[in-house]
Amino acid sequence: MKMMMMMKVMMMVMVMVMVMVMVSEGSIIEQTCKETQDFNLCVSLLNSDPRGSSADTSGLALILIDKIKGLTTKTLNEINGLYKKRPELKRALDECSRRYKTILNADVPEAIEAISKGVPKFGEDGVIDAGVEASVCEGGFKGKSPLTSLTKSMQKISNVTRAIVRMLL
Amino acid sequence: MASTEALLPVTSRQDPLSESRSDQIPETRRRRPIKVHLAVYSGLLLIALYVALIVTHDGSTAQHGAKDESSTESRASLAGVSEKSNDRVSRLSDDRKVEAFPWNNTMLSWQRTAFHFQPEKNWMNDPNGPLFYKGWYHFFYQYNPNAAVWGDIVWGHAVSKDLIHWLYLPIAMVPDQWYDANGVWTGSATFLDDGSIVMLYTGSTDKFVQVQNLAYPEDPSDPLLLKWAKFSGNPVLVPPPGIGAKDFRDPTTAWKTSTGKWRITIGSKINRTGISLIYDTTDFKTYEKHDTLLHQVPNTGMWECVDFYPVSKTQVNGLDTSVNGPGVKHVIKASMDDTRIDHYAIGTYYDSNGTWVPDNPSIDVGISTALRYDYGKFYASKTFYDQNKGRRILWGWIGESDSEAADVQKGWSSVQGIPRTVVLDTRTRKNLVQWPVEEIKSLRLSSKKFDMTIGPGTVVPVDVGSATQLDIEAEFEIKTEDLKLFFDDDSVEADKKFSCETSGGSTARGALGPFGFSVLADESLSEQTPVYFYVTKGKHSKLKTVFCTDTSRSTMANDVVKPIYGSFVPVLKGEKLTMRILVDHSIVEGFAQGGRTCITSRVYPTKAIYGATKLFLFNNAIDATVTASFKVWQMNSAFIHPYSPDDLGVPSRT
Repeated sequence: MKMMMMMKVMMMVMVMVMVMVMVSEGSIIEQTCKETQDFNLCVSLLNSDPRGSSADTSGLALILIDKIKGLTTKTLNEINGLYKKRPELKRALDECSRRYKTILNADVPEAIEAISKGVPKFGEDGVIDAGVEASVCEGGFKGKSPLTSLTKSMQKISNVTRAIVRMLL
Repeated sequence: MASTEALLPVTSRQDPLSESRSDQIPETRRRRPIKVHLAVYSGLLLIALYVALIVTHDGSTAQHGAKDESSTESRASLAGVSEKSNDRVSRLSDDRKVEAFPWNNTMLSWQRTAFHFQPEKNWMNDPNGPLFYKGWYHFFYQYNPNAAVWGDIVWGHAVSKDLIHWLYLPIAMVPDQWYDANGVWTGSATFLDDGSIVMLYTGSTDKFVQVQNLAYPEDPSDPLLLKWAKFSGNPVLVPPPGIGAKDFRDPTTAWKTSTGKWRITIGSKINRTGISLIYDTTDFKTYEKHDTLLHQVPNTGMWECVDFYPVSKTQVNGLDTSVNGPGVKHVIKASMDDTRIDHYAIGTYYDSNGTWVPDNPSIDVGISTALRYDYGKFYASKTFYDQNKGRRILWGWIGESDSEAADVQKGWSSVQGIPRTVVLDTRTRKNLVQWPVEEIKSLRLSSKKFDMTIGPGTVVPVDVGSATQLDIEAEFEIKTEDLKLFFDDDSVEADKKFSCETSGGSTARGALGPFGFSVLADESLSEQTPVYFYVTKGKHSKLKTVFCTDTSRSTMANDVVKPIYGSFVPVLKGEKLTMRILVDHSIVEGFAQGGRTCITSRVYPTKAIYGATKLFLFNNAIDATVTASFKVWQMNSAFIHPYSPDDLGVPSRT
């Protein structure tokens, strides 16, 4: 009897250890995000999307591009609101508006099409450009940008997305 | 459109160059002059003043330029320029003090080229199916009819009698079938024995699978080949087992095997190994796949736009793709998806089993040190055999190095390089030699000849009038005594690591270089693009020559990529240093030693535009005096325009 009990306990322990080992190896999201420069950001963005848990690398890239699109829209709204609050910043805001519209109307569609169709290099170009446009917009405020936090987010997301897109090359 | 050349800090194990520069990149990205507005306004004022100056003082400036030797004033200005640029780098480490660059339409519209092929508007990428037929050179290209970024791809079409004066034709192929619904992508033409044309191209299907399709001219009697028919049995090839559905594209021109079958190759990858699949066919409709590959190289990633062709070991003419024999070597070229670099290697083709072996495996296709057609911005290139003049001609896609916002604002993106002849370098036998097609000389207008001796640390204005459309051919010689002193000086060690990218650009002064031309420069040299030689000591105490283009100071704008490009160029005993430069607004193409090393760059000045563009000759060496003997031609526009019935029968426009 005691032997049986001991064997049952040992089996349970073995199963538990196996499960722990499997879980610690990480999901596809975690494994993918490990290869980017911002693991935490990458994981939180991908986990926040219901498609994340079942997506392949292309799918993960597309989720992040969707995040870029969302952040762009948010920033454009912020820019629009600033015209009234900070009218002295009009010139910089105009340039930012142009730059973020480029992300929305050129970079994002280009990246989505390229990744869906399996020519990821054009997706990489679009994603890199999103970061460039954000940086250029930021620079227009000569150090007094009301958008710094949004700029930094875009730069970080752009970097992480680029790293994942490069995995498709 | 921003390129992948590390604009933002990215840690990528596949891109060591960006890693090493990642610390610098934030600085580079934020390298903005502090008083840009002032600079822009004073720049515009300068342009107006200079136009006035040019009109009134043309004669005297020319004299001065032609006879100038070294002068302390020039040396000071050179040193001043070097210091200024260093200052600019250190001062601009703080992003927040710097302003974005506002592109205006005057600056942007200047960027359009005058004699390079580009569509009237929107995005272009890979050259497709180039061929010569019934008196016309045909050029097809990946084109987006809807935007200035990649997408919605169709086959654009243009024709020319001379590879220079192009006429736009209607779009040749659109995604109207399930097997190319998501893209009519890159392909190549083959001439059958009866002279008819077959076109193989990649289609992206309605399910996003990459397949190969067959198309042919609807009306072979139409010299303009306006309409194309797609084979009803398409696709003729689908991704084979073991090959990814999205790793199968860009079929080559076919060549005849010794058994009379046609053979093609298609690039792909298996994990990180770049490969080239090989197929035989008799009718271009059904194919046998070889179990072996034409070639493969580990760790090179996906091979796009593979090209495969013979070159003569002894003659300087081109060869039809089917030629084989003892007097022939074969070239494999591939476009590396990972790095956006076109690499080629020379080797031996074994027709019996469809394999190819490189002459030098250490610089095999795709290895980072492998040879390149071009050390600058140049991708997705493709050759064709020009049976009209017995040449092999190379086309290359030259993308933008600016931001996509600028592309959208100016309404277009990308140009093609000037078509080049390609032959084996019969002297070194280890590399190809490329040269702009002879027909480009038909664009040459007036010219000026110069002979100048310039001492160390000199910049000399070269008065040629307008300096945005130029053809420059130059010969340089370093004074023998200076060479000998350098050569015999044992304290000067071999500079094994010297490269254009890491050398600090044209302001880093060595004993024997850099020296060359500064193109697309403004009067004050605040914007300039030096194209130059740098001679240094190589292994075994031999001299080593490097040819570079430095775009790091080409523009005040900071939303563009500004790399330093270039490479070692073989200089054989008894050869003088020669370079040719084509300047055409926002594109500069440099050719060293008759085309042994070529560099294409995209340049976007903000001040050095229109009448303010200048040309300078410089010698930034510390010890050497250099003699430069050169000729500069003004280049006419090619007046590329939509085809009209008036164009029929007109050989070329002059």
